[in-house]
Amino acid sequence: MLRAQCITAAYGDAQALFGIDFSINAGEIVALIGANGAGKSTFLKTLTGLLPVRSGELEFEGQSLRHLDAGDIVKLGIAMVPEGRRLFPSLTVEENLLMGTLSGRKGSWDLSRVFTLFPILQEKRSMPSTSLSGGQQQMVAIGRALMSNPRLLLCDEISLGLAPVVIREIYAALPAIMEEGMSLLIVEQDVQLAMQASSRVVCLQEGLVSLEGKSSELSRDQISKAYFGI
Amino acid sequence: MTEIILQGLLLGGLYALFALGQSLMFGVMRLTNTAQGDFIILGGFFAISTVAATGLSPGLGLLVLIPLAFLAGYALQRFVLNYTLGRDPLPSLVVTFGLSIIIQNFLLEVYSADPKSLEAGSIALASFSVSDITVGILPLLTFGIALLATMLLQALFSYTSLGRSFRAVSDDREAAQLMGLKPAIVYAQATGIAFMLIALAGGLQAMRTTIAPADGPLLLLFAFEAVIIGGMGSFWGTLVGALLLGLTQQIGFRLDPGWGIWFGHLMFLVVLVIRPQGLFPKTRG
Repeated sequence: MLRAQCITAAYGDAQALFGIDFSINAGEIVALIGANGAGKSTFLKTLTGLLPVRSGELEFEGQSLRHLDAGDIVKLGIAMVPEGRRLFPSLTVEENLLMGTLSGRKGSWDLSRVFTLFPILQEKRSMPSTSLSGGQQQMVAIGRALMSNPRLLLCDEISLGLAPVVIREIYAALPAIMEEGMSLLIVEQDVQLAMQASSRVVCLQEGLVSLEGKSSELSRDQISKAYFGI
Repeated sequence: MTEIILQGLLLGGLYALFALGQSLMFGVMRLTNTAQGDFIILGGFFAISTVAATGLSPGLGLLVLIPLAFLAGYALQRFVLNYTLGRDPLPSLVVTFGLSIIIQNFLLEVYSADPKSLEAGSIALASFSVSDITVGILPLLTFGIALLATMLLQALFSYTSLGRSFRAVSDDREAAQLMGLKPAIVYAQATGIAFMLIALAGGLQAMRTTIAPADGPLLLLFAFEAVIIGGMGSFWGTLVGALLLGLTQQIGFRLDPGWGIWFGHLMFLVVLVIRPQGLFPKTRG
C-alpha cells in the first residue's frame, strides 16, 4: 500500500531522516517506535506532505507522493491524527469532525458512525472542542481523521498526556476502525502498548530504521538496543 | 442630544464598512492591510469611472464593481500577499505600505489631486424628519448596508463550510492542510470578500462626500481604530467599535468643529489603555 525507499528529509540545514526504508500493507497495523528525536514525527510529516522529501521514493498505492502537498495527499486516502491533537479551538466538536469531510472522499465513515464509535462526542457535539477533556479531544481528533475515509491512518502519539483508563478506551476502539482493510501506522512512546496493538514494529534511531520485525517475535533486549543504541 | 447620537451612529455605519474588510483579513490571516484606506479610495474612484463610462446608476455601477473587486482581492492575495505571510508580520506591513504609496501615486496620475464625488442623484439630498430631527436617506441606507454586511459576514463565519475553513486556517494552518484545505486559496477567498466590502465602502464614501487621492491614510486610521476598539477579528465588535468612533467624533464636532477627529482618537486611546484586547475580541462561531 505504502512504500518508502531511502527517504531523506530536513528542517532547513538540519537533516532529520537519513534514508528510511519502510512499507505497510493493506489491513496491517504497524507501530513506529523510537526515542525522542529519532525522526518518528518527521517521518509522518513527510508521509502527509507537511515536510518535503529531499530524496528517495515515496509511493502510495502506486502513486508517487513526492511532489504532492498535504491537501492532495489526504484526498488520496492518507489521514493523520497529529501529536497534541491539533483541534481547531474556534470550532465546535461537530465542526471539527466535519473538517474531515473536506477531503471529498466517499466511504462508510460519517458523523453517525463516529458518534457510534465515541458516543460521548454526540452529547458534546455543539460544545467548543477546547471544553472537552484530553481523552475526549483525542476522540475528536481520531473521528476527524476517520471522517476523511482514509485508506491509511497515521496516529502520532495518541496516548500522550492521557490517563491509562482513557488510553485503554481509545486503543479498544482500534479494531472497529480497522474494518474494511484500512491500514494503521501508530507512533507510540509506550513500547509495550505499541507491541500489543500492532502486528509489526519498526524502530527508528537517529533518522534511520534500526530494527524491524513482528511484534510477537521481537525480544526486549533487541528493542532496547534498537531504541537506545546501546 | 438625540440628533447627535443618531448622526454619530449613522457616521459609524460608514466607518464599519471601512473596517469590516480589515477585520476579516486580520481575523483569517493575521494580516494588517495598511493600504486599506487607499483601496477604499481606489474603489471610490473606480466607482466614479464605472458610472461615467457605462451611464449606469451609482447603485448598479457598484453592483458591477463588487464582483470585479472580489477578483482583484483574490488575485492580490494569491499572487502577492500570500508570499508575505509568516510568523514575522513585517513583510506584509511593508508590502501593503508600498501598495498604499503606489495607489496614491496612481490616483494622482490618472485622476489628478482634485477631489471628486459620485453623483448619487436625488437620494443624496433626500431626507425625512421625525419630530425636529432630520435623517438623510443615504446615511440611513449606508447604516443598513453596514448592519447587513456585519450580519452576513458573521453568518458566513458561523454557519457555512467556507466560514469553518476561514476559522480553521486561522486557528492552525498546518492542521487545516491535513484536512485537505489549501490555505493559499482560503486566504485569497477571504481577501476577495474583504475587497467586495472595500469597493462598497469606497462607492458609498464617494456618494457621501468628495474623495481625493490622499484621503486613504485617514480612512485607514478610522478603520484601524474601529477594529481595535471592537477587538481584532470580531465582526460585531468592529461594528460596535465603528459606531462608538462615529458617535464620539460627532460629539466632538458639536463641541467644536475642529474637535471631532481628535475626540475619536482620544476615545481610541482610552480603550487601548483600559481594554487593550478590544471590547469583543476574536470571532467565535
